[in-house]
Order: sequence, then C-alpha cells, then structure tokens
Amino acid sequence: MNNLIDILELSTEEIDKLIEVAQDIMAHPDNYYEKCKNKKLATLFFEPSTRTRLSFETAMLDLGGKVIGFSDSNSSSASKGESVADTVRVVGCYADIIAMRHPKEGAPLVASMHAGIPVINAGDGGHNHPTQTLADLLTIKNEKGRLNNLTVGFCGDLKFGRTVHSLINAMSRYEGIKFVLISPDELKLPSYVKNETLREKGIPFEETKDLAAAMPQLDILYMTRVQKERFFNEEDYIRLKDSYILNPEKLVNAREDLTIMHPLPRVNEISVAVDDDPRAAYFKQVKNGKFIRMALIMKLLGIE
Amino acid sequence: MNIDGITNGLVIDHIEAGKGMELYNALHLGDLKCSVALIKNVNSHKMGKKDIIKVDEVIDLDLNVLGFIDPNITVNTIKNNERIGKSHIELPKEVKNIIKCRNPRCITSTEQELPHIFKLTDEQKRTYRCLYCETKYSQN
Repeated sequence: MNNLIDILELSTEEIDKLIEVAQDIMAHPDNYYEKCKNKKLATLFFEPSTRTRLSFETAMLDLGGKVIGFSDSNSSSASKGESVADTVRVVGCYADIIAMRHPKEGAPLVASMHAGIPVINAGDGGHNHPTQTLADLLTIKNEKGRLNNLTVGFCGDLKFGRTVHSLINAMSRYEGIKFVLISPDELKLPSYVKNETLREKGIPFEETKDLAAAMPQLDILYMTRVQKERFFNEEDYIRLKDSYILNPEKLVNAREDLTIMHPLPRVNEISVAVDDDPRAAYFKQVKNGKFIRMALIMKLLGIE
Repeated sequence: MNIDGITNGLVIDHIEAGKGMELYNALHLGDLKCSVALIKNVNSHKMGKKDIIKVDEVIDLDLNVLGFIDPNITVNTIKNNERIGKSHIELPKEVKNIIKCRNPRCITSTEQELPHIFKLTDEQKRTYRCLYCETKYSQN
C-alpha cells in the first residue's frame, strides 16, 4: 500500500519526481483537471487545521476529484470513543485516499495499517508533517533551482518545531548542505537531532543566538515562531522575543538572493514590512503546498 | 551455597548481576509449576558477579525478551544431565508488548488495545524507539 507517514519514506529520487510533477502542474494546470475524476479524498481532521485541510481539499478539487470528511473530532465518531483503526476501515469503504490530521503521535501510521486505501499524514501532534516538508522542498527548488549546496538558517523555536526537524532530516540527504541554527538557549535544536542526523552524517552546522550576525552567509532563512508558553518565565520571553523578529533592519546584510521561508501561521516573528521584499517566499510556500499535494495524491493513487 | 544440578531443564546464565529478578518476572517464571531457582551474585571469572536462573523443565522461552533485557545472556538446555544446546541471544529487531511507550502524546496512550511495538534503531547503543511516535525507550 502506498502511504506517506514520514518524509524519510520517500527517496530523494521520489521527491525529485514529485517536484517535477508539481512544477509541471504549475506550468500546465489544464492537463491535470480531470486526473482524479471519480476519485474521492477523505480529509479526516481530528483537530482543526484550516490551512492544511483547505490545501488538501483544493488539491483534490483541482484534480477533478471529490472531497468528503470532517474538520474536528467532535463531528466524528471518535467523540463516541471509536478507535482510529475502526474509523479508517469505515472510511476506506467510501473514499479512495485519506489525509489525516490527529493530535496523537502515530495515529496516521495506525490508520495506514487498517484503512485498505492510501493514507497521507497531514500532521500528527508534534511528530511529523511530511507534506509541509514537501511544500518547503518545492519552494526551495523553485526559488534556488537546486536542493544541494545551500546554507540553510533556521531561526526561532528549533526545539519543538516539527517542521524544522523534518526539513533538516530531508535536506540532510543532499550534498553540500550546511545548517545555521539560530535560537535562544531555551529553544535549541534537540541533541538527538544533532547527534543522530547531523553528526552521524557529518553535516556541518553552527549554533548561534545572533540572527543579524548569521545573516550574510545564508541562502535560505527559515523562520519559526517563538511561543511565550515555551518559556519558564515571562521575563526571559520578553528579553528574547524581539531578537528573533525579522524586520527590514535585520535584512540589511542579507544576500540579495536570500529566500525567506516560514511554515505559517505567523504572529509577529516576521514584520509585515518584509512581506513586499522580493526575497519573502512564505506565501509562495502555501501555493506550492497545494501543487505538491496534487502531485502526491496522484502518485499514491497510481495516476500518471 | 549449593543449588542442585538439573536433569532436564534450562540454565539461563551470564545474567548481569541484579537483573535476574527482572528477567524472572518478564519471562513469567513465577507461573511455572516446576522448580525454578534464581541465584544472585554468583562469582564469575568473566563478569565479576552474575545472576543465574535454573528451570527444572525444558520450556519455550521468549528469546526476544531475553535479548531485549540483555543480549549477553546464554541459555543452556540440559537433557539427562547433559548439556545438549547452548544459545547465544541476539538483540531483537522488534519487541512487542514487552515494554510500554510512556509518551503521553503517543496514540498508544489513548488507544489501549494497540500493541506496544518498539523497533531497534541503533544496535550499538541498544536504542529502541516506539513504532508509532518514535520516542526512545528509557529504563527510567
């Protein structure tokens, strides 16, 4: 069965192929508008996530398919105590493919063992969110023309940010990648990611607290939100929060071809004054997310 | 201290000193009707001190449990007072329902009927991770 639960289940060749298809969809959308005619996508969202759900649903609609599903667990039989396995067995009788968001880690894997149809992990707690990573990779490919030989800066909450861990894992498989990890001590990248991914593969990285100082060497700056609830006391939060807000002043020493990314939603970590900067790519990421999900749905349904 | 030899049965040897009771419980040896001896802190040339378990009957052992607790354990099978087999244990690639995932965010925390499955992800460091949430198993 074809599923996508973890980004590392896809080889770099498979990712290249998905990116190629997504780029072709972007260039020739009319060639794809009936590709999934008579197919149904079930979006099973056990916790609300408007953007990801709309992205999946639009992807399926743009392929000519139909969409069923629910957008929070209160409107599903999970609220009556039904197991994930039983829910997807039932949905497997109606739909051709499932996109699942669940607050519990590993729930989409359980679903993939029982559904009888392909399952896409649309986010399981703080664990995996592989289609966000695919959207990030497509954005990097579109903006830079390559996925290798890049210096990638991650800034903000590198401790809890699953999008960061996932993108580091995915990009660690390409040649010539260097990471610059910019965060306060409280939110540094967990040591298991450094040990099991970066050190094990001999990938160069540096850690710093200073965003402005790290800026000149970056090809990509991936911003994340520093959340108040991650700090032990408000004093530390107030002291640190402004250091990790991107504004035009901090971009003074940045490269002209820098690409600024963010998984969204943004609160205040990127000033709106940056939005008109041609280097800002975070809204393109949203658009790319739909195209790469279209490519993924086709792949998992075996549609050329 | 003397413990009688066994005519037909198993000798689980080279158990790290102090782990004998854990193994006894994990293998459910307390449920057996036959004689079972757990000998602690036996002098050993190789290990300094070790634990040994003797079971007075040839039973099927869950080698995955043994391997997970300590892959250096050996199991000797005795028949008619003679050792007829010696098994060296390997670290199992997967263990099912031996340990539980303690991550409160894991799907196994709310769905009680799911089997608790752990995969060996680093043989040298003997790292096991939950199949579902990938949380590393730690003894503490």
